[in-house]
Amino acid sequence: MTHVLPISFSLNGQAIAIDVPAHTLLIDLIRDRLGLKGTKRSCDMEVCGACTVLLDGEPISSCTTLAVDVDQREVTTIEGVTPPEGLSRIQKAFVLHGGLQCGFCTPGFIMAVTALLKATPHPTDEEIRHYLHGNLCRCTGYTKILEAVRSLAAEQVSEDAA
Amino acid sequence: MLPSPFAFERPSTIAGAVRAVGKSGDGMFYSGGTELLLALKMRVIHTDRLIDIKGIKGLDRIALNDANDIELGARCTHNKIANDPVIRAHVPALSSLCANVANIRIRSVGTIGGNLCFGEPHADPLTMLAALDARLVLIGPSGTRVVHADDFIRSELETVREPDELLTVIAFSRPTGPVTYRRFKHGERPSVNVAMAWSLGPSGRTIRSARVRVGALGSRPQPLKAIEDVLQGISVAEVRPAIEAVLPTALGELEVNEDRHGGAEYKRHLAGVLLLRNADEAIAAAGSA
Repeated sequence: MTHVLPISFSLNGQAIAIDVPAHTLLIDLIRDRLGLKGTKRSCDMEVCGACTVLLDGEPISSCTTLAVDVDQREVTTIEGVTPPEGLSRIQKAFVLHGGLQCGFCTPGFIMAVTALLKATPHPTDEEIRHYLHGNLCRCTGYTKILEAVRSLAAEQVSEDAA
Repeated sequence: MLPSPFAFERPSTIAGAVRAVGKSGDGMFYSGGTELLLALKMRVIHTDRLIDIKGIKGLDRIALNDANDIELGARCTHNKIANDPVIRAHVPALSSLCANVANIRIRSVGTIGGNLCFGEPHADPLTMLAALDARLVLIGPSGTRVVHADDFIRSELETVREPDELLTVIAFSRPTGPVTYRRFKHGERPSVNVAMAWSLGPSGRTIRSARVRVGALGSRPQPLKAIEDVLQGISVAEVRPAIEAVLPTALGELEVNEDRHGGAEYKRHLAGVLLLRNADEAIAAAGSA
């Protein structure tokens, strides 16, 4: 028996009201019904981080979250942190430092880094590694990603100092 | 992967949740879903109804009560426990453990109660909670019962909790000595973990009693009785040689599953290494107290 529930939530600042079967996963709602394809499904078991979105600002695995659980809450996807023109400063840093190759894991990394820098504007290397431990990249070897995030942390420090 | 369809209910009280889950075994309690949804997606578990307990007030409370017990609401996320001032002040090792469970996304929504109730042997929290002699409070249709952390696991992925009993609170005495925890892991789940809790005498230089648990090797955390016995009543300065003298015997008594995390001898060896490192940390902590 399919149990359909009405939910209302904010998706990248836009109010959404939609009926969803209780067993619908958030990633399928976002990608297939709402058409935002930036969020990627990869491991499908909360290990790789490719499907990371923010729920009330906290990173979650959209592949293993029920859509009904975002009722009355705020969901942010990669589309929500990308400016209408060009790239965000986090995205630019990834490009500048070569923090991506195939790019499949990148939306998840950008979302995780967005949450990291909000919680900890000037993370140490150890804090960056600890926070991003659950985002997997099979291309870069992580060094370039670490360099990208480190540059953002340093940039903020110098902005604060100025 | 998509789970099979189920109905979804959101009770607002514990009694309502217990009623909603029912006796027939077709309903399950649900909170973070980090373990349950995975199993439902893989279809190794089936349920007709999920009973969401996130709307029940008070289940995510953390407090030091008048009886000097620390109470953890079962629905506390790993992140909440990691950042809680009471836990940081009184059991920093538990804060640190929770800050390192799985990954940041799991810690955002996964709960301590869910972790315990799933009964996965390769888990972090239960080993420490067993070392702390925690009590788990279960509320079911016929009332409340309390189960010690040591007795909670029946076998792998199976606990003594009845399907219509809700784990509500985990409580343990405020530690009176150093609590230490270490693990070794290849992926996200521990291959071996060791927790040790000392109760110190008034001088802070003598161990009144010690509890040592080794987890992830069998279905449940196992005590290292020989280590506990040898630590009882000795001074902190004597700890290292005392442990080393009985360590091979103690490790030999562990029941160890051989699995993809490694062979039995390898994992026994790791348990010994982790225990000695915990001991060094506890000695230093006792010395600086």
